[in-house]
Amino acid sequence: MVLIFADQSEGQIKKQAYEAISYGAKIAEALGTTAEALVLGTVDHASEALAALGKYGASKVHHASDAGFDAFDAQVYTAAIADAVAASGADVVVFSHTTTGKAVAPRLSARLKAGLAAGAVGLPDTSNGFVVKKSVFSGKAFAQVGIQTAIKIISLNPNAFGVKLKEGSAEIAALDLKPIAGKVTVKEVNKVKGTVPLSEAELVISGGRGLKGPENWFLVEDLANEIGAATACSRAVADAHWRPHHEHVGQTGGAVAPNLYFAIAISGAIQHLAGVNRSKTIVVINKDPEAPFFKAADYGIVGDAFEVMPKIVEAVKKMKAEG
Amino acid sequence: MKILVCISKTPDTTAKIAFTDNNSKFAEAGVQFIVNPYDEWYALVRALELKESGAATAVTLINVGGADNDPIIRKALAIGGDDAIRVNATEGDSFYVASQIAAVAKEGGYDLVFTGKETIDYNNSSIGGMVAELLDLPYISLATKLEADGSNLTVTREIEGGEEVDTLSAPAVISCQKGMAEQRIPNMKGIMSARTKPLTVKDPVETEVLTSIVAFELPPAKAGVKLVSADEPEELVRLLHEEAKVI
Repeated sequence: MVLIFADQSEGQIKKQAYEAISYGAKIAEALGTTAEALVLGTVDHASEALAALGKYGASKVHHASDAGFDAFDAQVYTAAIADAVAASGADVVVFSHTTTGKAVAPRLSARLKAGLAAGAVGLPDTSNGFVVKKSVFSGKAFAQVGIQTAIKIISLNPNAFGVKLKEGSAEIAALDLKPIAGKVTVKEVNKVKGTVPLSEAELVISGGRGLKGPENWFLVEDLANEIGAATACSRAVADAHWRPHHEHVGQTGGAVAPNLYFAIAISGAIQHLAGVNRSKTIVVINKDPEAPFFKAADYGIVGDAFEVMPKIVEAVKKMKAEG
Repeated sequence: MKILVCISKTPDTTAKIAFTDNNSKFAEAGVQFIVNPYDEWYALVRALELKESGAATAVTLINVGGADNDPIIRKALAIGGDDAIRVNATEGDSFYVASQIAAVAKEGGYDLVFTGKETIDYNNSSIGGMVAELLDLPYISLATKLEADGSNLTVTREIEGGEEVDTLSAPAVISCQKGMAEQRIPNMKGIMSARTKPLTVKDPVETEVLTSIVAFELPPAKAGVKLVSADEPEELVRLLHEEAKVI
């Protein structure tokens, strides 16, 4: 059985969990077994929200609803998931390679002595053993990782597989699991309100030093607002405090893998590319035709962002008006 | 409070990524190696700051690798740290490496184990969590800030779309990223003193390996950029809508 850990935050199932379930369901199909989800903690409108996980391919949802799971503690979660794995007899466990997955999947791997493929980008190849393709060298290459243990753990890179909608409703099974005594107290949770979190964004508009100053960020924001994208920036921009650090993408900032990465006036140093090269479509606007970013781009305009961007925003508005 | 900082050797961020031996090994020829930036810039420097402020009494570096890792360990010692331990093992997966670090951490009675948030070569983000589980310690991953008051820790960590502030007591394992500290450039005094700092070589403990890399591959070459004239932004929007289908 394939058990997918479906992470919740503040009572809502996280978006990446739907993709993880879609991925786990596909693995289950290949292995001729079922895909079942595991949810820890309080979920709003639980009976509807959990049954709805069937739409992504989960036949059953194991729900340990103890409110002690509402605040995250990697140690507490790991103990509970290990118990659920044992109770359900799962032999493949799927996480999303998010902040939660990165904290829990390695702990579970060490606890169960079950091999982990961290940051998977494809389905396992079971023709000869159990081999999972994962991203390495910050997106510059892939490795085929063979898992040799009876229980296999995979954490899936967000947006690497996509959400696959199906028909169906999941059976909900209450799981009588109590959290172990945790050693971490969550004092505050601060989420950036009103904007799309960068790590979850399907569309990202990013600006570089070529925009000359924070007062020119409307060139990034106008397009982002028009298409519902998150905004990001290069390291130079974050270091100059033109934009907050959490917007910095690149080797030492965050890595993103959106459907669209739209880079405005960013030259495309190799360290920046390392953070964005898993994007499905890359657009580069730069006045320097020699900017290295063009080599990594799918579409580009050689031109001055100050002139080009307002025209692009107008063109998008026009396209939307025409439907 | 004693801190153990995990140091990994990785190719330089600008290194050409290529493979040899039928795509089974990273091509090291001509590649410059560095201390994994997350380990050096954030984990190590924050540990040094804690020692400078009196919150920590000692900072020890640990690396799992062969003798050819010694120059990298010395480079980290030039930035700071009292001494270093190298577990003499050249093969093994994340679990193998984590098991070696956990054994040393347990034997040495360290209060804090710091790692970088991931290495820039394998990007597993796994060592910290595995060490924490092997030692049955709390684990805060992707930390952007850490303050210590005695053994009481206040740690800020990244979550999807924001951050979370946690409190806990040492002993604990923390994975560190941007925000924890600022990169330090080693000075001449540091480089000179690094040569004489103790570097202890230990034999590995016996551990199983759970995974192995079967092969590497490079991503398919990009088809090449499709350039649109600066006078025709409508064409770019059309391509994104109709061809790439992203907007």
